Amino acid sequence: MLSIRDLKVSINGKEILKEINLEVMAGEVHAIMGPNGTGKSTLASIIAGRDVFEVSGGQVLFDGKNLFDLSVEQRACEGIFLGFQYPVEIPGVSIVNFLRTAINEQRKYKGLDPIPAPEFLAKMNEAKKMLDVHSNMTSRSVNEGFSGGEKKKNEIFQMAMLQPRLAILDETDSGLDIDALRVVAKGVNELRSKDNAFIIITHYQRLLDYIIPDFVHILFDGRIVKSGSKELAFELEEKGYDWIRKST
Amino acid sequence: MDVILTEYSFKDKMVELFHETVQKNFNNDNPYLKQLRKEAIQEFEKVGFPSNKQEKWRNTNLSKPLKLEYVHHFEPFEQITDVGQLFMCEVHELESHLFAQLNGWFVHQNGGINHLPGGVIVGSLASAFVQFPEIIEKYYGKFAPYQNNGLVALNTAFAQDGLFVYVPDNVVVDKPVQIINLINLTENLFIQPRNLIILGRNSKLQLLYCDHSLLHKHSLINSVTEVFIDENAEFENYKLQNKDNDSTLITNVWITQKSNSNMLTNVLTLNPGTIRNNINILLDGRNCNAELYGLYLLDKEQHVDNNVLVDHAKPDNYSNQLFKGILDDHATGVFNGLVMVRKDAQKTNAFQKNQNILLTDKATIDSNPQLEIYADDVKCSHGSTVGQLDNEAMFYMRSRGISEEVARMALMNAFASAIIDKIRIEPLRNRINEMVSKRLRGELSICDQCILNCRDERKISFDIDLSGIR
Repeated sequence: MLSIRDLKVSINGKEILKEINLEVMAGEVHAIMGPNGTGKSTLASIIAGRDVFEVSGGQVLFDGKNLFDLSVEQRACEGIFLGFQYPVEIPGVSIVNFLRTAINEQRKYKGLDPIPAPEFLAKMNEAKKMLDVHSNMTSRSVNEGFSGGEKKKNEIFQMAMLQPRLAILDETDSGLDIDALRVVAKGVNELRSKDNAFIIITHYQRLLDYIIPDFVHILFDGRIVKSGSKELAFELEEKGYDWIRKST
Repeated sequence: MDVILTEYSFKDKMVELFHETVQKNFNNDNPYLKQLRKEAIQEFEKVGFPSNKQEKWRNTNLSKPLKLEYVHHFEPFEQITDVGQLFMCEVHELESHLFAQLNGWFVHQNGGINHLPGGVIVGSLASAFVQFPEIIEKYYGKFAPYQNNGLVALNTAFAQDGLFVYVPDNVVVDKPVQIINLINLTENLFIQPRNLIILGRNSKLQLLYCDHSLLHKHSLINSVTEVFIDENAEFENYKLQNKDNDSTLITNVWITQKSNSNMLTNVLTLNPGTIRNNINILLDGRNCNAELYGLYLLDKEQHVDNNVLVDHAKPDNYSNQLFKGILDDHATGVFNGLVMVRKDAQKTNAFQKNQNILLTDKATIDSNPQLEIYADDVKCSHGSTVGQLDNEAMFYMRSRGISEEVARMALMNAFASAIIDKIRIEPLRNRINEMVSKRLRGELSICDQCILNCRDERKISFDIDLSGIR
């Protein structure tokens, strides 16, 4: 599904990703771990299409399409979703309007008519129920005045509504209490299927108690220095990032 | 009598015009009006038009419109007998008492005075001058001071017609009163409408005032509106300004509030040409509530200048100003807001905010929110922001599949919605919402402009019911 080959990325001349290779297949959950400032969020942003970076080498293919040929919104319409580390507040735009617009724009891209109102409402009610979202949250402006936990929950809620084929969750777990963490995990676990894939970017092993990854990668100094099964996360938790520093 | 105004000195011409025609045109005035005109023209002769050398006029230049030639009518240009012929009528969900002014003259068929339920009077000021001299002497010219104000002085000297509304004590006007102010002439026109609105104690009035021009000729409008809101009364004033690029509109609004009164004014400028709104609120009682909102959406070479004064003359009053603008192309905007808190106005709560989005680096806004506080126990704040569309929000929306264009529109609509949401008349709010979206998409052009959507190429057409004009 996603194929990253020899990806090199820099910002203001400083190389942040040095040579990334990663294959993600449908039905898989990948966890990317690593200390702060090693390029985890850069990787997520590059896939979503943020343009503050320069790609100095390599390529990223999504279902064989070169992602760098696609705009941010085209990537989303192709099925890529980024759960933001710092979700943005948009005063004056209600969540319900935001989501209806997003769904209809994605449908338009696929040549479909706008979603019928009853179908949209049913979908929204289902997602609300699954994630225990307050009924009045969706009439509020996107993220405006939300607590940190509410913002992250809203990211997962959007993911449930948009049903992407590849969801990248960028430190969605940071700053969450255990209840919020469970909601995030529940969202991922319920949406997980043989047709979609997840990349979970996290600093801690904690989230992986609730979402069992198929693969764990350790990103360090712009490179994936170790890949393995979920046991790698436990090992990392036990030995700390110093272990990685020493072994590289 | 029509007079062609030209020459380099518009000021001298106006003074001359007054003296030449005073006998002929204003001879039927009562002594109070005669005296007022005489004093006003003397003041105008002394003060003249504002110039760029004055701080408050630094960024709005009148010299260009004042160089043009205009006609000045002392009588209605044409007597309208059948409004149905002039306007296309179509029923619309906004129910209102509907009136129109054409080229500055109140359009009427039955003597210009209309009696609405509860003893409410709505009509032409010219008729009120004749029929209600006692009301005129009590209120007219009492709230808009012409001293040191050339524009008010000139209007006071020449004013002949406009809107007159009188709401007696304890009367709530059942439907909004709506005035459509049209300019439609084949020559350049200078007009000076004058409006007087009086709200008795415990009364309520919603007024919707729409400024439009329909022909591509130059027009210069210098209007003065005086509003008196007595104790415990409630006044809402919505203004929709949708003009063409060759028009210059100067509005001078003076509102006086007595104790426990509530006032809301919302100025929505969708296409300005050149507009200067002078809004002056005097809080002359206690526990008054004054809310002032404004939205301006400008492009090309359009210019809007909102000049606001809220005078907290007495203690215990609340005022809030929020003016927001989106400026595209070479458009220019000005916000001059002054909150004056007088020495005795303790426990004043006054807030003032001006927010702007500049879509190009050629668009400019000059924003001056000011506080002048002479009392010590007050709560006041002011601020202004100028920025571009939020790039982070754009990226966030696009990352959900929303195209750049749709995301831009959504963000601009969201920015404007803070003002639109303050409209308390629901059908109006919905319609303005549509119009703003249309305007932001660049689809609300000059030729299909009108208060609420023109649908065909007819000269004047509305999809609201204008058959109700009496």
